[in-house]
Amino acid sequence: MHEWALAEALISTVISVSKEEGLKRIFEIGVRIGELQDIDLEIFKFALMQLRPDYLKDAEIKFKIIKTKFKCRVCGHEWSPKKDELDESIREAIHFIPEIAHAYLKCPRCGSIDFDVIEGRGIWLEYVKGR
Amino acid sequence: MRSPNRMKDYGSMSKEPEDVRLSVIDERIKDVKNIIAVSSGKGGVGKSLVASALSLSLARRGYRVGLFDLDLTSPSTHIILNVGETQPIEDKGIVPPKIHGISYMSITYYSGDHPTPLRGQEFSNALIELMAITRWGDLDFLLIDMPPGISDATLDIIRFIKRAKFLIITTPSKLAFETVRKLIELLLDLHVEIIGIVENMKLKKSDFIKINMDKLGVRYLGEIKFDEDLEEALGDVDKFSETDFFKKIEEIAEEILKTLASGAQ
Repeated sequence: MHEWALAEALISTVISVSKEEGLKRIFEIGVRIGELQDIDLEIFKFALMQLRPDYLKDAEIKFKIIKTKFKCRVCGHEWSPKKDELDESIREAIHFIPEIAHAYLKCPRCGSIDFDVIEGRGIWLEYVKGR
Repeated sequence: MRSPNRMKDYGSMSKEPEDVRLSVIDERIKDVKNIIAVSSGKGGVGKSLVASALSLSLARRGYRVGLFDLDLTSPSTHIILNVGETQPIEDKGIVPPKIHGISYMSITYYSGDHPTPLRGQEFSNALIELMAITRWGDLDFLLIDMPPGISDATLDIIRFIKRAKFLIITTPSKLAFETVRKLIELLLDLHVEIIGIVENMKLKKSDFIKINMDKLGVRYLGEIKFDEDLEEALGDVDKFSETDFFKKIEEIAEEILKTLASGAQ
């Protein structure tokens, strides 16, 4: 259930941004979620509902899921891993620490373990709309 | 009613999206009284052994102790302490399991025995992720077993855990000292607190390290003779606790407690 930890992180970031920007009411929050994080969106949304303070109660939270994209540093090949191809325990490990992908995945073209995650990791606060 | 043009749209134009994980790192360690980064400029000087032994020694004195193996690409404390089949508990994040009375966290819970090559940014990302989701709870001491050198891990710990104090490990070798000196200069330059230095694997009498530490103004906490029996004790905590190495760490733990009580340096 580390969706709760990430939901807490998101709420904490929104609170700090709201303070910085002097926003008293928030209407909309834009969140970008990397697919590699393999977040259970229902649990994440539920955790957000439970954790958010009163002044965020009416805010609409919009989620944008970013597809995972890897790029091999050796041969330059770009690819997106297919979820179904990964063993459940590996998916679980990557869910907690996305960089664990480096322990289990290889470039499908040249077999190298030297690849970058160029898209699809992390949780980002993209914007806060309010006044 | 206020006009719509008063509405602020944070992040739409001028600001970068915020990495939400950074906001909870302080929260995760807010109930930890002392954070000690066990560090060295050089690899193979015994950081993990010192971090493990010191954690055990402090826990046995009744302190609440956590050990975080931050050597993400080459972890080894799980072997020293023989963590076996334990697993972190998932509870609104992850709660470190207790190993021999120590709250323990290592990337090996997720990477198993697979090699986990990480470049700089990926190392930082893994470190931030672990720090953002690990709930350490109330601790008197959190020891961080650092990877060698003065690259990402050292810079990240200084960046994210401003109150971390460094315990430095060296060997008597001039080669180790040369890299340790650079680490110390970096820490002093950044006004990071140094608890002191431990000279490990001493083979013969020499004041080389002590004299140089005096020059740098770093407290010399003690020396540990090379212990031939140590290798056989790895993975067996009872045997480990009986080694000369461990007994010397018990004395050094006393020195560290005194140093911390007096406000370090």
